[in-house]
Amino acid sequence: MSTRQFGQPIKRNEDPRLLTGRALFTDDVQLAGMLHVAFLRSDLAHARIRSIDVDGARQSPGVAAVYTADDLGDYWQPGPLLVPPLPVEQIEFYQRTQVPLAKEKVCHAGEAVAMVVAESRYLAEDALDGIFVDYEPLDAVVDLGSALAEDAPLVHDDLGHNINARVTQAKGNWVQAEADADLIIRRRFSYDRGTAAAMENRGIVANWEEKSQHLTIWDTTQAPIAIRNGLAAMLGLSEHQVRVIAPFIGGGFGPKIMMFYPEEVLLAWATMQLGRPLKWIEDREENFYATTQERGQVHDARIALKEDGTVLGVKDVFLHDAGAYAPYGLTVPVSSQCTLLGPYVVPNYHSEFTSVFTNKPIVTPYRGAGRQHGVFVMERLLDIAAKELAIDPIEIRRKNYIQPEQFPYANDIVFQDFTQLIYDSGNYEPALDRALDLVGYEAFVREEQPKRRAAGERVGIGVVSYVEGTGIGPYEGARVTVESSGKISVATGIGTQGQGHYTSFAQVIADQIGVKVSDIHIVTGDTDLFYWGAGTFASRGAVVAGNAMHAAASKVREKILKVAGEKLEAAEEDLELIEGRVQVKGVPQTSISLGQLAVGANPMRGGVKPGTEPGLEATEYFGPERGATASGVHAVILRVDPDTFNLEIEKYVVVHDCGKVINPLILDGQIQGGVAQGIGNAFYEQLHFDENGALLNASLMDYLLPTALDVPNIVSDHVVTPSPLNPLGVKGAGEAGAIPVGALFAQAIDSAFGDIGLEVREIPLSPNRLFELVTEASAREMV
Amino acid sequence: MKPAAFDYHAPRTVEEALALLWNYGEDGKILAGGQSLVPTMNFRLTQPTALIDLNGIEGLFFLREDDDELRCGAMTRQREVERSALVKRIVPLLHETMPHIAHAQIRNRGTIGGSLAHADPTAELPALAIALDASMYVRSFTEARWISARDYYVGLFTTSMQPDEMLLEVAFPGLPAGSGWAFEEVARQKGNYAMCGAAAVVDLAEGGSVGNVTLVFLGVGEAPVEAEQAASLLVGEKPTAAAIRAASDAAAKLDIDPVGDIHAGPAFRRHLAGVLAERVLTKACERAAGHERQ
Ligand SMILES: Cc1cc2nc3c(=O)[nH]c(=O)nc-3n(C[C@H](O)[C@H](O)[C@H](O)COP(=O)(O)OP(=O)(O)OC[C@H]3O[C@@H](n4cnc5c(N)ncnc54)[C@H](O)[C@@H]3O)c2cc1C
Repeated sequence: MSTRQFGQPIKRNEDPRLLTGRALFTDDVQLAGMLHVAFLRSDLAHARIRSIDVDGARQSPGVAAVYTADDLGDYWQPGPLLVPPLPVEQIEFYQRTQVPLAKEKVCHAGEAVAMVVAESRYLAEDALDGIFVDYEPLDAVVDLGSALAEDAPLVHDDLGHNINARVTQAKGNWVQAEADADLIIRRRFSYDRGTAAAMENRGIVANWEEKSQHLTIWDTTQAPIAIRNGLAAMLGLSEHQVRVIAPFIGGGFGPKIMMFYPEEVLLAWATMQLGRPLKWIEDREENFYATTQERGQVHDARIALKEDGTVLGVKDVFLHDAGAYAPYGLTVPVSSQCTLLGPYVVPNYHSEFTSVFTNKPIVTPYRGAGRQHGVFVMERLLDIAAKELAIDPIEIRRKNYIQPEQFPYANDIVFQDFTQLIYDSGNYEPALDRALDLVGYEAFVREEQPKRRAAGERVGIGVVSYVEGTGIGPYEGARVTVESSGKISVATGIGTQGQGHYTSFAQVIADQIGVKVSDIHIVTGDTDLFYWGAGTFASRGAVVAGNAMHAAASKVREKILKVAGEKLEAAEEDLELIEGRVQVKGVPQTSISLGQLAVGANPMRGGVKPGTEPGLEATEYFGPERGATASGVHAVILRVDPDTFNLEIEKYVVVHDCGKVINPLILDGQIQGGVAQGIGNAFYEQLHFDENGALLNASLMDYLLPTALDVPNIVSDHVVTPSPLNPLGVKGAGEAGAIPVGALFAQAIDSAFGDIGLEVREIPLSPNRLFELVTEASAREMV
Repeated sequence: MKPAAFDYHAPRTVEEALALLWNYGEDGKILAGGQSLVPTMNFRLTQPTALIDLNGIEGLFFLREDDDELRCGAMTRQREVERSALVKRIVPLLHETMPHIAHAQIRNRGTIGGSLAHADPTAELPALAIALDASMYVRSFTEARWISARDYYVGLFTTSMQPDEMLLEVAFPGLPAGSGWAFEEVARQKGNYAMCGAAAVVDLAEGGSVGNVTLVFLGVGEAPVEAEQAASLLVGEKPTAAAIRAASDAAAKLDIDPVGDIHAGPAFRRHLAGVLAERVLTKACERAAGHERQ
């Protein structure tokens, strides 16, 4: 047998192309006669449009067309609701989705009002200066709390209120838990907005070819198949007339999902009007308004406990900021609601949220997708409870962990994928122990911290746990083909945005077919090469598409063995697949190459037996019955400069359990990247809106992304609890790095300022905010 | 984020550049390293009719010693100043401060003149120019004059130069033997503009008491702010920890009136100013004392 590829730390197949600038990104697409698009975006967050005068723009040099909402006719429609409301009893839901171009009013700063098509992007932007919009400014809904006030301005007038949804989910009986409790902790927590800030902004090239009646779209989307289906329907075309290609993408992180963004919808339409290819590349400033964002929530939470630290229940009532429109349903707040329960036994849970419309950019999932907030609330409640009960924060977690024999563990509420929230598998204590070991918990807490604190240093430690629902359905597919060269070609419907799919999928296939990983050519995200699928999101690529790969490769393996057995006159069980050949076990002389077999399987003359399919090829699909639950523990030691309130991370540990690991190198990359975004979210990144809804820091000069200097080397290790829900035993790992960082920072900072009783209840933090919190806490301590 | 159309000129001499500037007046903009100007053009916050690019004027790129002064041509790259042994010898404070300006990639293009002329209230060089009592050599097509740094900075992104004037050169007096100096700042991330920074230059008199002291802040006003009350408290005193602390408190309380922004509110800026004043005064006094002992 050749060595197993699954589980090997193989370097990524795609990296030489990516690192040397030879990979195709949307902006690399250059077509003859291509025109360029720019959008006029509202400076105001909330205003009625009295009139729009585009005459100046139409006469501007190099302009081919200028469109406003009125020019779109029947094509002007609010976008689709991408995720329907949750199938639960206690729900109210009011649907409002984004429009291609604002018509009667603008609902958030940066909302597109007009579209200019010109010979170059420069000329298109020049022409924007020739458009005059007469606005009547309106008061804006910015603050979450005031969105529900009696006299609040209305984001959507016809709705009569600013509620997007109200949902209540419960298990057990909170009232009883409260009555039985020795201690109730009650706190308000808040989590403010950030943006994914992918390295590549969005971009679209759309090309309608009149003679072939065919529309091709290159789109930075995570879900090309959904976009093809949607656009074909909107444009009245057959799905076969539309090809959506999601080429290499510099980061997706959620906001590039099948959003049917105004730009996607408009470029597809306008290329058909003009008969010329069109390109729009989002610039960084637009990205701050026109790409969706995440993370505004305010939680009023309570936890009920026994004196020994046993959790009896949690009640959480929260507000979720949906932004101006809510096309992605309730995925984010439902994820918060579900993920709050974490790896703990919480017998009684009452959770209700109100999702509100505000005059701010749209909120849809961004890496973590609401899980951060839930983890933050639960971990903070446990920290505060541990302090009140004088129990070690580690022990309170250990005490409440779901035990290995309790799996599958049902939580009796409905998850974002509409299945019951059931954890398939898990084993939490080994990960905790390993993390404590790696971070040096005992030595730090007993010796180092007291010593350094005595010397005037502010050093703290944090250890938090979380679970991550991953790998949800519905399904993905893969087609695996042995080519006549003996190399393998593979296609799947999901798109790739840097996850290393070309390598990890190849590893899964290599083990079945016995070829080198480098001889497997994978295509993702081209709807002409694979017709069916959902997309890359919710940490599902490896789980759902990975298992489809496995299924298709296994099928091809069967075909290979069958034809090889006939050719070599040997029983199938006596054959092995090694280095691109099939041979009789231990007899390399009796062998045949996969290439020869592939040629033989596609005969040019002669008859074949009835039922024979040509080629060595198989297409298979995989759909899990529900998601696989990954989990992990993050631990940190950090130092706060007592004068400047800047942070230094001295040690960062992640122990993660995502079941079987396909490629540890890629996994570590996912974790590292996730932690980097988590650190940004916890301490650097914050979107600052003023009281009128204007964004004050729409550039990377003032929106601070963590740099290489701010992100430490991460010590990572893995615990392997295979998922029983799929043949490969894998779970998703895409979001794990980012989810618990806010909770972790809060705990570690509290620990650094334990003597003054600091209690961090919000994220993101900053030196300025820490200064304020420490000043307040010190003043309280003095009283 | 594409700039509006503009004409582009690449003069080869100062005279040519001044003539162009004279012609265009307010509508012409000098292009030095472009690290501040080009972003504002891309945001269309500035829409000059013409750019007058100084990168081809050899006579503006120089660093030389003249009468114990450092003379620096306006187009000298920030990175070159950072690496110059001459600068380190004559004006060590300047040498020590350079790495705080942006990132190496930006300093490779960014110029001394560009930064001084841009007059960003959180930039290092304007504060340093005041702390070091530098002078700017400024010319228009018809006139030439020297302006002391204290008179050069008049407000937010504003200098006392006229639209047809250009900064050609800056003169930094060398730090006399026996003086001490220090610069520190606090930024949210390495390479970002600081929330607050402070530069100090100190001379000790006979007997070890403070003779002269200059303390200048950046990031706490519309232009660099000189802490005069703090300085007057310290002059004539022995530079003890208590005296330095009292001066630093005075600097933070009396000498500045910072406004907040999204990164740092007024209270935090005041706090940082106090912390930094104490740090730079302590270090500058130590250095001054060290020189005396030699
Ligand atoms: C990411 C980033 C971070 C930065 N961080 C910092 C920082 O921490 N500290 C800091 O100080 N700066 C920082 N900068 C700015 C940088 O130092 C610039 O180089 C500097 O502000 C301007 O110099 P320049 O040569 O690039 O000038 P330009 O951008 O070319 O010009 C700036 C302005 O000065 C005018 N001008 C230029 N030369 C002259 C002259 N000789 N006479 C008259 N007017 C002139 C121009 O017309 C323009 O208005 C940063 C820049 C970036 C992009």
